[in-house]
Amino acid sequence: MSHLLEIRDLKVTFGGLDALSGLNFHIDEGEIVSVIGPNGAGKTTFFNAISGLVEAAEGDILFEGESVLGLEPHQVTGLGIARTFQNVRLFPNMTILENVMVSQHCRTRQLVFGALMQTKAFKQEEREIRERAEAALGFFGSRLVGYRLEQAAFMLSYANRRRLEIARAMATQPQLVLLDEPVAGMNPMETAELTGLIGRLRSEWGFTIVMVEHDMRVVRDVSDRVVVLDHGVPIAQGSYDEVSTNPEVIEAYLGRPVESRA
Amino acid sequence: MSATMSAPSSTSSAAPALLDLAWRRIGKWGGLCALAIVLVSLIGMPVGLDRRMIIEGRLSLGYLALVWIPLLFGYLVSKRVVLEGVETPDPGARDVFAGLCTGVLSGLGPVLLILGIDNFNLRKPLVNWGPQLLEQLTFGRGIGFGVAAWFGICAVLGLLGSLMHVLSKDVRRVVSFVAYGLLFISVLEAVISDLSEGFGLESLTDAMYAKRGGLTVKSSVILVVVIGVLSILTKGRVKVVTSRYKELQGEERKRASMLLFSGVAGLCIVLPLFLGKIMNELLANVGLFLLLALGLNIVVGLAGILDLGYVAFFAVGGYTTAVLTSAESPFFAPELHFGFALIIVILMAGLTGLVIGAPVIRMRGDYLAIVTLGFGEIIRLLFMSDWLKPYFGGAQGITNVPPVDLGFAVVTGINPRSVFYMVLVFCTLAIYVSWRLQGSRLGRAWMAIREDEQVAEAMGINTVNAKLMAFVVGAMMAALSGAVLAAKVGSVFPNSFMILVSIIILVVVIVGGMGNIVGVLVGSFVLIGVLGGPRQPGLLQEFQSYKLLIYGALLVFMMLQRPEGLVPSARRSQELHQEEFLQDAWLKGEDHDLEEAEAAEQATAGSGAEGADGEGDPT
Repeated sequence: MSHLLEIRDLKVTFGGLDALSGLNFHIDEGEIVSVIGPNGAGKTTFFNAISGLVEAAEGDILFEGESVLGLEPHQVTGLGIARTFQNVRLFPNMTILENVMVSQHCRTRQLVFGALMQTKAFKQEEREIRERAEAALGFFGSRLVGYRLEQAAFMLSYANRRRLEIARAMATQPQLVLLDEPVAGMNPMETAELTGLIGRLRSEWGFTIVMVEHDMRVVRDVSDRVVVLDHGVPIAQGSYDEVSTNPEVIEAYLGRPVESRA
Repeated sequence: MSATMSAPSSTSSAAPALLDLAWRRIGKWGGLCALAIVLVSLIGMPVGLDRRMIIEGRLSLGYLALVWIPLLFGYLVSKRVVLEGVETPDPGARDVFAGLCTGVLSGLGPVLLILGIDNFNLRKPLVNWGPQLLEQLTFGRGIGFGVAAWFGICAVLGLLGSLMHVLSKDVRRVVSFVAYGLLFISVLEAVISDLSEGFGLESLTDAMYAKRGGLTVKSSVILVVVIGVLSILTKGRVKVVTSRYKELQGEERKRASMLLFSGVAGLCIVLPLFLGKIMNELLANVGLFLLLALGLNIVVGLAGILDLGYVAFFAVGGYTTAVLTSAESPFFAPELHFGFALIIVILMAGLTGLVIGAPVIRMRGDYLAIVTLGFGEIIRLLFMSDWLKPYFGGAQGITNVPPVDLGFAVVTGINPRSVFYMVLVFCTLAIYVSWRLQGSRLGRAWMAIREDEQVAEAMGINTVNAKLMAFVVGAMMAALSGAVLAAKVGSVFPNSFMILVSIIILVVVIVGGMGNIVGVLVGSFVLIGVLGGPRQPGLLQEFQSYKLLIYGALLVFMMLQRPEGLVPSARRSQELHQEEFLQDAWLKGEDHDLEEAEAAEQATAGSGAEGADGEGDPT
């Protein structure tokens, strides 16, 4: 059986520096996989390579058996890979509703003619876009709906911006969602809540999730598998417990003179 | 004026505290004010505009060009930044005193200028440095009088300016209504006379305005009273009406909007019938530029592509029309009817949009602006070149573009009313297209690209296609405008399509309010209507020679003080009323129980909105 996402010998270089090299792993449908590693390990570069924002030097990325390398970012999204950004990147001056509506661009077809003539098909599509947008926003409870729908995104609190970004990714109707540090900057309670939501993204929406995260509790609580990167090289893979006791991983995170720690 | 009389007495009683002023601030603003007065004098505004009267025999536009400066600076010097949550002391005698000091300091400007002109001859570098300016600055009564008068005038004006902060809100409202109202009525003399002539009310305007221009003293007094009373009567009414309109739901809202729309439409159709030739010409020009601005608004305001060569499409529209309809077209003269030509013009514009857009669109930001600037000039130079002279007539252009024969009417430049109606049709069309596209899938994609192109791409938008689409739609609107221009003027010349056109349209869009159709409408009426286009005169024909200066100054001012434009889109004004501040407070809150925090947040949001909206009466 082929995997949902398969990475083969992926190598990304910036100038002479290998940001990623020899990355080999796969993700099956319905999995939640965490990618961890110290700063500069190449986690975000890995995401950027999948979503087409940086070019790979070698290797291949297969999504449902087909290569996504060389595709434009919007084509990758069209195939069913959505992502969020580490430093939340919303469309700040668009309303919350519009933020989520616009991300359905690659799933909708209407162009100038429909808009000018207000055809039935156009109105129908607009209605569907709106319904799907509200469904995605409703996933986060009452925070992003109601009077908020018409508010500009820049008015949101930090945590809500992160939530909106996830809603925006959900609305692209993906199979695979790439979450780049979804809980960074959130307080413990918000983190706990979002951890639960990530689980529900799989169980209720049927997404496969790849997540970059520094918060080890979140990683432990939601992921089926963990991949550890260091200096662009994968150093360990496996369940959280396997990885967290792996001496190489501890060394990568804490440095060489390893004191015995619980 | 009783307020002015009482102010000095109250200042003297609080003398010790009075001297505790921000002297540096006063020095800065006063100095700037003095400089501004000198600058305005030396560019020749007072002399050049002296013949235009505002109030007969008392105040000419020339003096007005000087006296508003200390007034404004007096207002500015005692203006305070009000921060939410930080207590600001109430404005009082100290602020008024600061205004007075600023005024006196700014009086140095004209005074030094008077003394300078009297003693030195700098006529060579400074054209306006001469007896005429001296005469005007001294009011024709000698140096001594002039020096004393300017100190006095500036002091009083500075004082009045700062007094605006002390006055109660209601008084301030009446005062500003009266001031703006008078200014409006006297400046728009030409329109009002023209209108009243159309309605057969010449006697009214004859009584109001003096023979040589300007309001008569008697009528200005009456107007002050009338406007004052009106402003008291209408207080709060407008707000109630607009808020009531906003509260309407569903069907009722639709009906009210229809009513409003048909009212505006009716006015647009009926009004020109009562206007004379000059006013109709002016409206036609406004329409032409509005059409251009609407197109540029899509490109710059919605899609965020800073296109400085927009005039290229205007030129393509004009030249295509000329070639297709004119009998004098040098190489190919099919002499088509305007209607057929229009279809080809639009197709040509779309094609040019694609051809210019395709290489340009992959660039970002500054590079794109520079490259489009280049393309704009290239197109004009091509039309002008000797190489293409056999095709487009070189610098002489193509003449004899026939008027548009519609069967029931002929649209020609000799009858500006007909041109206005044609432009009106095209503008309505353009507004409809902009409005519908804004709320469609494509419009959202444009906005997303404007906000963050990379993310837009990552969210599944084919940015290249969407941007090209914006280019093409914008180009088509510009070409329509060009076609009308060709038919209106009856000829096209390369020099009608200077880079200045691009820049002025950009200023219209920015000053009006980017990404907002109403803003663009207001922007083109205010700028093109009042100041005039690059070659077209506006209402203030006296300002013709200072037009570009005013455009520039206005642009700088808007960028600094009101970057969202005259009519900000609803979203931008939301920005001012929202309480991000409260959200932060919520984030920092000690208790982390989410439900509670959520409830508290909503409660404070409600009260915050009321607090911020202090001016409106709670309904």
